Amino acid sequence: MTAAAAPSRRARLADVWYDYRQSPVAVIALAIVVILLVAASLAPLISPQNPYDQATLDLFDARLEPGSVGGGGYVHLLGTDGMGRDLFSAILYGLRVSFTVGVAAGAVALALGATVGLVAAYYGGRIEALIMRTIDLQLSMPAILLALVLVAVLGQGMIQLIVALVAAQYAYFARTTHGAASAERRKDYIEAALSTPLPARRVLFKHLLPNALPPLIVVATVQVASAISLEATLSFLGLGLPMTQPSLGSLISNGFQYLLSGRYWISIYPGLVLMVLVVSINLVGDQVRHVLNPRRGR
Amino acid sequence: MIGFLIQRLLQAIAVVFVMSLIVFVGVYAIGNPIDVLIDPAADQALREALIRQYGFDQPLPVQYLTFLGNMLTGDFGQSFVYRLPVLDLILSRLPATLELALSAMVIATVLGIPLGIWAGYKPDAVSSKLIMGLSVLGFSVPTFWVGLLLIMLFAIELGWLPSGGRGPTQEILGVDVSIFSWEGLSHLALPAFNLALFKLGLLIRLARAGMIEVMSSDFVRFARAQGLPERQVVGLHVLKNISIPIVTVFGLEFGSTLAFAVVTETIFTWPGMGKLIIDSIMVLDRPVMVAYLILVVVLFVTINLVVDLVYGQLDPRIRTKGAA
Amino acid sequence: MSDVVLSVQGLATAFATRAGSFKAVDGVSFDVRRGEVVGLVGESGSGKSVTGYSILGLIEPPGQIVGGRVLLEGEDLLALSPDKLRRMRGARVAMVFQDPMMTLNPVLKIGTQMAAAVRAHDRVSKAQALARARDALGTVGIPSPEERLDAYPHQLSGGMRQRVAIATALLHSPSVIIADEPTTALDVSIQGQILAEVRRLADETGTAFVWITHDLAVVSSLADEVCVMYAGRIVERGPAEAVIASPRHPYTQGLLASVPSLHEPGERLPQVPGSAPPPMERPEGCAFRPRCPRATDACLVDPVIQTYDGERRAALCHHPIEPDAAWNTSSTSTASRSAS
Repeated sequence: MTAAAAPSRRARLADVWYDYRQSPVAVIALAIVVILLVAASLAPLISPQNPYDQATLDLFDARLEPGSVGGGGYVHLLGTDGMGRDLFSAILYGLRVSFTVGVAAGAVALALGATVGLVAAYYGGRIEALIMRTIDLQLSMPAILLALVLVAVLGQGMIQLIVALVAAQYAYFARTTHGAASAERRKDYIEAALSTPLPARRVLFKHLLPNALPPLIVVATVQVASAISLEATLSFLGLGLPMTQPSLGSLISNGFQYLLSGRYWISIYPGLVLMVLVVSINLVGDQVRHVLNPRRGR
Repeated sequence: MIGFLIQRLLQAIAVVFVMSLIVFVGVYAIGNPIDVLIDPAADQALREALIRQYGFDQPLPVQYLTFLGNMLTGDFGQSFVYRLPVLDLILSRLPATLELALSAMVIATVLGIPLGIWAGYKPDAVSSKLIMGLSVLGFSVPTFWVGLLLIMLFAIELGWLPSGGRGPTQEILGVDVSIFSWEGLSHLALPAFNLALFKLGLLIRLARAGMIEVMSSDFVRFARAQGLPERQVVGLHVLKNISIPIVTVFGLEFGSTLAFAVVTETIFTWPGMGKLIIDSIMVLDRPVMVAYLILVVVLFVTINLVVDLVYGQLDPRIRTKGAA
Repeated sequence: MSDVVLSVQGLATAFATRAGSFKAVDGVSFDVRRGEVVGLVGESGSGKSVTGYSILGLIEPPGQIVGGRVLLEGEDLLALSPDKLRRMRGARVAMVFQDPMMTLNPVLKIGTQMAAAVRAHDRVSKAQALARARDALGTVGIPSPEERLDAYPHQLSGGMRQRVAIATALLHSPSVIIADEPTTALDVSIQGQILAEVRRLADETGTAFVWITHDLAVVSSLADEVCVMYAGRIVERGPAEAVIASPRHPYTQGLLASVPSLHEPGERLPQVPGSAPPPMERPEGCAFRPRCPRATDACLVDPVIQTYDGERRAALCHHPIEPDAAWNTSSTSTASRSAS
């Protein structure tokens, strides 16, 4: 059974990749995401300065234009910010923070939401009604408002931020999982499996979850992008991460005050990176949705 | 129809009640406003006097009941910062936010629906691909970043439009509006467009998806088999069908536009509720936070109710079910 | 010959797929005379519905008509400009679809939809259009047609909806109505009523019908002529009675053998063994060869059409069944029934 399933799964993956490649835009977007991911993980190796290390910052280097050479003796490719931070380095480290927050929030929200959705689909009846009503209610509230309130209540910091993002996003995963799983739940073979002494866990994970997987992958891609963007928004509003641990959002926010005085680069470069990242992830998600859509082709 | 209405009304009230509880617990039970509000240098007597004044010495359930009772009479307490009744404070900011959100929705609808319909009608045309690209940009690029770009381009580089603030207002039917003067419109243009972009992307997708689905339906084929001109096929059969999901989403999204105004108002220093709530969160001005959230929930629930009713009017299948 | 209203000649429609292009309809020819009901019979995937859509020019990408002519009263529909073709559709050739739940727009009143169909071809006022719609509803036997105009589709039963669809097709008294499995989704009793109504309409108004169905029993009770399709081709055609009484093509014979109402009660129903090949995997030569009890090596070559009874009948087969052996499944045993 598993021996037969393995090659077919590989063949299926090859099919998915074949379909994915049909859109050059999506391939480029995927390449960009990978490059940014690699750059972020290698930040300490490729950035000329550690922007967290206050000792390396020199106020004499503040607000240097892109291409200037500062006190450190190296070129500030993208200029420096108001505290003399090398922007190129700050952006790489900021990417790390954004990725960490986005992926962590996305993963936790996925796990939590999928569990909630599966439980609702599995038990059915009142439990399902209660859970799904709550989820619907929450979904009718904009994510940003929930995140805003939670951050306000919980205070600043990476963990608090992730908690707020998870709370704002898990409902999307729950609804998606529930939709796919409850359609499967009503099929006869599940009823049959449930009437055997197999543990319920097995039914949940072997039959219900796999059916919810394709839409979950799509939602996960979009939600990681949305988490990154939400984090940036909160940080921009001054409710996210502090400037001692700058994410892309706080870098943009930090540069906002210089925008009107013409020192565009402090805000614009981190913003460009953020925009390219979020748009690319969304493009990847779009193509994945297109490829995994079961109704496609006819 | 009446029964349906009453049922929905009761549901709405229940939702508001539950949300008030959640908001209250969320805001009052976590975090300690005493430290924020009261000067650390204040002596013990003053501290206790203030604690008693705000009712922080009471157990939480009592605080909640007091809060609920006050809420029903429209008394949300006083802002810690502005020393004004919170409801008055928020309501004074409401017109500016509504003006901004409505303008944004109008822009998004007027542009988004025709573009989406076109993209769904000719899904393979180059123009449609461009429209879809626009829509991806619209809802994936963070609002605040687009706001910055707009300021950079139109306010700083070109100098065509002001970078922030609201223009002069006139009082129309007791509400302050700024859209009837050139000055007011020029202040509104950038923030409204900024806030519209996300919804624009969404509406394009929605209209396109609806269009594609309806165009491939049997009744469109049947209409074509009857020799209806293409204009009629789209105008009569398709538009009515896609208007149903669009009205629904439009309504629901209006609520979230009000919420997203938080970001736009901050960037463009637009003196609305959003700016107020951000400022209040920064200083933990809890009565303002609570009242704002409750107000937004009430707005949401009201909008949902209206959407349900309009939906029923548009879709005969639901209308007759409600009557039965 | 002058009473031929629709003549389909060598029609071919291809669909492009990722794996290549295939012909769903491959050289289909048949004539329809005034007031005649022609049954187009076949299994799903045989190309019968695509034939119907092709006649009206309603094929959408990735489908494309790649050959043949569709002569409506002498005028080739396939050569018309899109707008000229649109003016023909509904006015001179109309179509009715399978699922009456889906062919009427759920959010528009019956009257609105029918009036739009009237006004698509005639410049009349809305009131006049509604009056014509009401008359058409009366023609197809709908009680209190005035009230139906104000109803939404979901307020009508399936049978009523299909009558509305037929009434809509009749609005401009077209020469031909293509009906794609219009009674398949209905109860048997409703189906019987509608078939009787259609027979009456064809006889009284002179409108011809092309009745697309998978059900030979429907054809036997309704059609004057029958065309049997298999794998995109017509494998047998002729007067319905004659074809049903003594099929020439083994496939027709197999289909007939599996129709319950044409058998004695209690008799075991034989089936055509196997199933129709997917369009991409049609065998060389005769497409029916792998399922055919009479197949020989000769069948590896494309069969040519053979006509009988003074061109009244035709079959596409190397080994057509001799009339006398109609009810025998084997080609070698003859005349077991011919003695009678």
